[in-house]
Amino acid sequence: MQEFPGILAEARLWQIVVLSLQVSLAAVALASLVGLPLGAAIAVSRFRGRHTLIVILNAMMGLPPVVVGLAIYLLLSRAGPLGGAGLLFTPGAMVIAQTVLILPIIAALSRQAVEDAWREYEEQLRSLGVDGIRAALSVLWDIRFSLLTAELAGLGRAAAEVGAVMIVGGNIDGVTRVMTTAIALETSKGDLPLALGLGVVLIAIVLLLNAGAFLVKEAAQRRYG
Amino acid sequence: MILPLKLDHVGFGINGRTLIEPLSLEIGAGPSTIVLGANGAGKSVLMRLMHGLLEPTCGRISWSEAGARRRQAMVFQRPVMLRRSALANVAYALDAAGIRNPEKTALEALAEVGLAHLAHRPARVLSGGEQQRVALARAWALHPQVLFLDEPTANLDPGATHEIENIIRAFDFSGTKIVMSTHNLGQARRLGDEVVFLHRGRLAERAPVAEFFRQPASPEAAAFIKGEIPWV
Amino acid sequence: MGLIIRVLAAMLLSMPAYAQQRYITVASTTSTEQSGLFKYLLPIFEKKTGIQVRVVAQGTGQALDMGRRGDADVVFVHAKPLEEKFVAEGHGVRRFQVMYNDFILVGPKSDPAKVSGAKDIVAALQKIKAAQAAFASRADRSGTHFAELQLWKAAGVDIEKEKGPWYKETGSGMGQTLNTASAMNAYALADRGTWLSFKNRGELVISAEGDKRLFNQYGVILVNPARHPHVKKKMGQAFIDWLISDEGQKAIAGYKIDGEQLFFPNAR
Ligand SMILES: Nc1ncnc2c1ncn2[C@@H]1O[C@H](COP(=O)(O)OP(=O)(O)O)[C@@H](O)[C@H]1O
Ligand SMILES: [Mg+2]
Repeated sequence: MQEFPGILAEARLWQIVVLSLQVSLAAVALASLVGLPLGAAIAVSRFRGRHTLIVILNAMMGLPPVVVGLAIYLLLSRAGPLGGAGLLFTPGAMVIAQTVLILPIIAALSRQAVEDAWREYEEQLRSLGVDGIRAALSVLWDIRFSLLTAELAGLGRAAAEVGAVMIVGGNIDGVTRVMTTAIALETSKGDLPLALGLGVVLIAIVLLLNAGAFLVKEAAQRRYG
Repeated sequence: MILPLKLDHVGFGINGRTLIEPLSLEIGAGPSTIVLGANGAGKSVLMRLMHGLLEPTCGRISWSEAGARRRQAMVFQRPVMLRRSALANVAYALDAAGIRNPEKTALEALAEVGLAHLAHRPARVLSGGEQQRVALARAWALHPQVLFLDEPTANLDPGATHEIENIIRAFDFSGTKIVMSTHNLGQARRLGDEVVFLHRGRLAERAPVAEFFRQPASPEAAAFIKGEIPWV
Repeated sequence: MGLIIRVLAAMLLSMPAYAQQRYITVASTTSTEQSGLFKYLLPIFEKKTGIQVRVVAQGTGQALDMGRRGDADVVFVHAKPLEEKFVAEGHGVRRFQVMYNDFILVGPKSDPAKVSGAKDIVAALQKIKAAQAAFASRADRSGTHFAELQLWKAAGVDIEKEKGPWYKETGSGMGQTLNTASAMNAYALADRGTWLSFKNRGELVISAEGDKRLFNQYGVILVNPARHPHVKKKMGQAFIDWLISDEGQKAIAGYKIDGEQLFFPNAR
């Protein structure tokens, strides 16, 4: 642990923590933008193949980060179809990879939450002439605090994964190095105490975010019933 | 005026089980109609068919005017409260109906049911009776021509039931057509002008309320009035 | 919704990749990164030129592949035959020799294969195989892995055919392989730079060093802009020119851990 204060003093740790949060929060925001309406739409609509879609979505919650990373890498590589954007080895690429990784989590969990509320709301909303997208958005809004659980699951996964960001970010010092890739690097340098220390910091941050979200949710539940 | 509502050989079944045997019925403006029957008789199914929440498996349901959808409202046995304030619950319905400045109208509607002082409370923490009153305010605010009420007091104590009945009466006086289901004979007597009696998914009898209680035409209705058919 | 988008945009724009414009991407090896050389060297170059050097550290094979796909501007690796092939195929402009250090054989203090102090690396490997002593191989197409395979060949061992349970293929970087060797008390071929900065040695010590065949040459190549038009030719070449300049060479020689020099400049 001797080096630990050193890394703190360099303000490097802080920079890594901030980047980790930026990347993972951006991925959660993007994945929510698509995943929440998608989950809600699946919850409130009935169509052929719906059950198949739900099974696929649930299974995709377990997408291996390395596979997602590799796929995004091949897409963003200069030799790949989206190479022209020059996004590989940037935080933007990491955001994209994590978005793909957690989109199924947020869509699947919000689908479940919306469906539970929808069972209760459906007849009333239909009686009021509210259906389709409007109904889905109404339910989403009403259960927004419960959806924090889905967001947190996504954030936890994003903040904790190393496979995807390592491949598409390249773990470049000061540019794409995040908590998990820093931990991987320190481990491979044999500095196990420092790696463990960084791990503790990561866990503490995730714990803090969860505690905050929990309090918000509790307060809201008491407030709105 | 969207009434009369005509049911022409309307039947409903699910998974091969008949829940409503084909029946024909015309519901006209004016006197309030009570759909009476024991538990499981099919009252809720019939109400949902009439309100358009269920599609009949056979027969035809027609209103006399197009756009009837927006001129009717329904209150359910268990009030469905959105996770919002009482006021927002009512305003939501108004907003959905395309009514501008919904908050003001919503507040008026809550005042009508005596809940103005609870307008900003979260609806889901209100008592059962209060929630049902919010549901009534929500329906009232829309000024429907027809109001369907599916056993609106079945879960309430006598005090709350009394309040709800008063509100329903006020609805009736204001000219809204009331179609209410109940298994409660006293309530049917108090609020109804005519009775539609359902027995095991079959329309057994339809009669003015006084006549129905004095001299029921069907043996099922007679047994029900005497309390021979268990309610539960 | 608008707020979310604005917050998102602000977050993306505040990320370091967008704050900096003048940078090159260098595909390099785990040995140069993990030995700490780049952390020491790059700030000197950046201060002088204002060019940020972003290093993606992988095995030499992967680093060259990165260059082949055009995902790097410069490759900085250590496997001469592979580098020459890379240039010959037209992926790189020209190879410049930059510096060298050497490989070492590390192993447990207990020395089950009795190779401690060996001067002849080839004989040492033969002994390890004969004793079936645990040996951890990178097995990741890196420069070090490539060198190890050459040495087995020189020892007359067809390792693909003759490897047994004693031969552990980690398929990972130098540091990870040393972690594995340390945990299993296995021998391993390592570059001296990574070894010197490696902290989790456990029972491991240097078993053999100093053989001429353990020489480890590093080269640097600009990825061919004719193949990949987006390659930052000027900045990439500026980095190469600086590395092989007197100033760059002095800087390389100046990097030490505990007073020990890790890399020896030999630009030509
Ligand atoms: N969605 C449904 N699926 C299957 N059976 C149903 C469904 N809805 C109602 N039923 C059955 O139809 C019958 C009538 O139900 P309902 O209309 O709710 O009775 P009630 O007169 O008490 O309101 C009951 O036997 C009930 O079990
Ligand atoms: Mg019922």
